Amino acid sequence: MAKTNRRSKIGLTIEPSAGNGLLDRRIFLKRAIATLSAAGVGAIAMRSAGAAEQTNLEPWTQLPGEGFREYGTPAKYESKVTRTLIRSQPGTTGSGASRTPLEGLDGMITPNGLHFERHHSGVPDIDPAKHRLLIHGMVKRPLVFTIDALMRYPMVSFIYFLECSGNSQLMYGPTPPALTCGQTHGLVSCSDWTGVPLRILLEEAGADPGAQWILAEGADAAGMSRSIPMAKAMDDTILAMYQNGERLRAENGYPVRLFLPGYEGNMSVKWLRRIKVTPTPTMTKDETSRYTDLQANGKSLMFTYPMEVKSLITKPSPGQALRGPGFYEVSGIAWSGNGSIKKVEVSADGGKTWAEAMLSDPVLLRALTRFRIPWKWDGGAAILKSRATDTTGEVQPTREKLVGEHGTNVIFHYNAIQAWSIESNGEVKNVYA
Amino acid sequence: MCMHSLIPICIVSVMLGCASPATKETPNLGRLATTEEIIAWDVSIPPDGTGLPPGSGTPAQGVTVYAQKCLACHGEKGAGQPNDRLVGGHGSLASNSPVRTIGSYWPYATTVFDYVRRAMPYMQSKSLTDEEVYSVTAYLLYLNGIIGEHDVMNAQTLPKVTMPNRDNFILAYPARPK
Repeated sequence: MAKTNRRSKIGLTIEPSAGNGLLDRRIFLKRAIATLSAAGVGAIAMRSAGAAEQTNLEPWTQLPGEGFREYGTPAKYESKVTRTLIRSQPGTTGSGASRTPLEGLDGMITPNGLHFERHHSGVPDIDPAKHRLLIHGMVKRPLVFTIDALMRYPMVSFIYFLECSGNSQLMYGPTPPALTCGQTHGLVSCSDWTGVPLRILLEEAGADPGAQWILAEGADAAGMSRSIPMAKAMDDTILAMYQNGERLRAENGYPVRLFLPGYEGNMSVKWLRRIKVTPTPTMTKDETSRYTDLQANGKSLMFTYPMEVKSLITKPSPGQALRGPGFYEVSGIAWSGNGSIKKVEVSADGGKTWAEAMLSDPVLLRALTRFRIPWKWDGGAAILKSRATDTTGEVQPTREKLVGEHGTNVIFHYNAIQAWSIESNGEVKNVYA
Repeated sequence: MCMHSLIPICIVSVMLGCASPATKETPNLGRLATTEEIIAWDVSIPPDGTGLPPGSGTPAQGVTVYAQKCLACHGEKGAGQPNDRLVGGHGSLASNSPVRTIGSYWPYATTVFDYVRRAMPYMQSKSLTDEEVYSVTAYLLYLNGIIGEHDVMNAQTLPKVTMPNRDNFILAYPARPK
């Protein structure tokens, strides 16, 4: 694309970085922000905030405010930012999923109350004083741990994403779902997880070095269980006790859950009650009849563990209509179960031209990474896309490529490039483009 | 499971230094589990059937269990509705409307026993006796045309059942196929 300086409607001279109004990601950084504000970006705010509004004496400027609370809640004006598309199996209230409202959040961390949920038989009400973890099987010393005991172990903290392998599954369908970003893609969240490295406990139990697998089992009514390669168990797997600084929420596995960084969410078994060291995979229901990936030829991939490189534009996204031409920040999240995010490119012309977005620090291994790029919408039709590349060099595929390789019956591991169509009235729609 | 040679294990143990915890600084706050505890706790059944309990069941015995405990959610003869269909779908996996059931999709019969015993019936899991689990497993395998009407399912016979879709799974670990 030939790069030319264009005089924008708001009086700025900004180098476009790709077609259809994408601007250089650095324009708001450091000294550039002062220059540009002076040049007129600030005028947008000035224009929308009239003088009369500035001088009103609203009640909160004169009356003492509310007192303290033991446990805070979001501002009441944000009460619509809730988990979304809560669906359960017929006749059940807790066998299904709820999704993170990705479009209502920014940064990289998901608030605990908005972390997505996937349960196979509801949320158990576990008394931590009665909960026990058994480690047995191919070990020298089968051991039972109380929660009090586990709390005394050395812990590590990491920020990791967790994604259900069934996330975005509606995108395999013949027509794009007319839903919000979170409703379509909200089975992904990111938290600061703190817990005990599983390796320490396996070593204490004297796990047989020849054993290649473990089985992890939950204390929920479904006894949710998965086989996990010993190599992963001894590498970065933790028994998570804390999430974003507080003890796990019940729906996220209280009092203790397994956490396998980068792997499909189902393997991070919640309400962990048993680990069995085994010679082979146990072939549980959730690694055979579920969470296997049916291909177009009728064969199925089994043990597809890492969640592949993926990104989404969360702003703007369906349900967030643009209010007239002018400046917008395009922002979203990117992640990879195989590494960290190396770059995210954004297109405003349906993928003809791409500009590199700014990655917000910190850019961490197997964590959500926030990307941003300024965009000046000219009011015409546009198609926004984001394309992530991870540190292994994997590039997020197009939907055409993904479906071409795997078919549409897969259900799991959908990671294709998402296209949002901006209509000339400002509406944002999910499209296959 | 007893096939591992002791010699390489010993060598690896020495090399990795993961011998007794006493030689290494570690919290050691677990207590030894008793054999009785482990037996009661361990409900997982791998494909070779290790851990399958005594007892047995036939399709005919399973009809009664199914009618009482399963039919309300899984329909007449496993036809599904309001919840998952358990029977049929054979030959549908490569079509545009694949039907994944125990018969068409599940690779191991032992998984049926394991899952029913731990997770079903949904409103009162872990309430079936081992005999009932064998029986209803036998009934579901029979409805799917996998075992005969008079076949008995027990710790010896269940692991020997060959599921129709068994060979259609491709392992993506440790390496994803091209």
